[in-house]
Amino acid sequence: MKEPIRLTLPLTAEKVRSLKAGDSVLITGIVYTGRDAAHKRMVEALDRGEELPTDLKDQVIYYVGPTPAKPGRPIGAAGPTTSGRMDAYAPRLLEKGLRGMIGKGYRSPEVIEAIKKYCAVYFVTIGGAAALIAKSIKSYEVIAYEDLGPEAHAKIYVEDFPAIVAIDCEGNNIYEIGPKQYKR
Amino acid sequence: MRTIEANQITEAIAQLAIKANYYLNADVYNALVNGREREESPIGKEIFDILIKNANIAKEEEVAICQDTGMAVVFMEIGQDVHIVGGNLEEAVNAGVAKGYFEGYLRKSVVDEPLFNRINTKDNTPAILHVSIVPGDKIKIVLAPKGFGSENMSALKMFKPSDGVQAVKKFVVDTVVNAGSNPCPPMVIGIGIGGTMEKAALLAKKALIRPLNVRNAHPKYAALEQELLELVNNTGIGPQGLGGRITTLAVNIEWFPTHIAGMPVAININCHATRHAEIEL
Repeated sequence: MKEPIRLTLPLTAEKVRSLKAGDSVLITGIVYTGRDAAHKRMVEALDRGEELPTDLKDQVIYYVGPTPAKPGRPIGAAGPTTSGRMDAYAPRLLEKGLRGMIGKGYRSPEVIEAIKKYCAVYFVTIGGAAALIAKSIKSYEVIAYEDLGPEAHAKIYVEDFPAIVAIDCEGNNIYEIGPKQYKR
Repeated sequence: MRTIEANQITEAIAQLAIKANYYLNADVYNALVNGREREESPIGKEIFDILIKNANIAKEEEVAICQDTGMAVVFMEIGQDVHIVGGNLEEAVNAGVAKGYFEGYLRKSVVDEPLFNRINTKDNTPAILHVSIVPGDKIKIVLAPKGFGSENMSALKMFKPSDGVQAVKKFVVDTVVNAGSNPCPPMVIGIGIGGTMEKAALLAKKALIRPLNVRNAHPKYAALEQELLELVNNTGIGPQGLGGRITTLAVNIEWFPTHIAGMPVAININCHATRHAEIEL
């Protein structure tokens, strides 16, 4: 196993081009959170011609709905949720400059096309490893849609957040490459 | 006749909700350690390492293993010589779920109505409660939080008796391939065969709480469990769907007599965090 690549955010196109499907990364910097309901609201805002709650240019979104934080901690258990549910919305956000997404599971052909078109990247982190992932999250601040509770749109600061490049900006997809290698 | 207070049930359920979400059972933990040894893919091995480390952190720091702390599925075996006093059973169970999910800082993931408005009930109730009346004067409670990444990939099919065992095998493998990375493999597969439609589904759910190292008592079903495990692992899906040898930690089958005209088969998939805790009152 190669040493993981240390990646600092924001994520420029240049940084994205150096990443290849299958690379392990440790991410440090500000990441935004959002899942189904927050994505729906962001895209509805764009449809109405409004701006997003935050400028997503060169930013990364983490698909997460954490457990409540225990006293003295920034966040509760915080593993990824299934990314496919965000597929309907992701191309719109990539068009607005979003550079990276972190979640788990397959993406639609439309999302993969948008990843290639806008030079973005899809990372996966480990489904269920919520206690371990939470340790790399140092702060949590809700920035919009507070009424959504665990699904609110928040800004988090992460240090050495563990992830794997699943789909790189050329469209190489570890979900296709990996299983083929081990099928019997 | 033995008397048990409803609030004893509430307290027990609250403790079980926390325990099940924080501490991975030894059989599942050992299956992860064993899977790590057998995994050939380097990324797969790394994922196993992370999952094992995650279980240790959750235990030491008393936080949830996974942020999807599930819908609370509760199995109760109530001795027929028990008299529950001071409240009604279903309310006592739901009060326990609400208390445990609040005090344990567990995520509340239940909506009040499934189709139109979907408003979060904010206390993770209601629980899914399965009660059976058994001989004796004890109450046994098993609480199994069920995350929906895996629940959503479950399936049920009503086969013709002539379809036979080949059709069952194909159904299982097809369901796993279709699920791919979504149920957070390495997964655990519970299969219910026989009974009626709803009985098969319940058997599949019950199969998930049987220890992963215990095979079905019927030799033919035990052999089928082993064969299905191998078939599913040959898909190459691997840990998290990124490719590898170990897609599934165990296949547990439960069966029940059925009608001459039918063969219901239900497949209930669980993630690597196959959680449950039990107590006897």
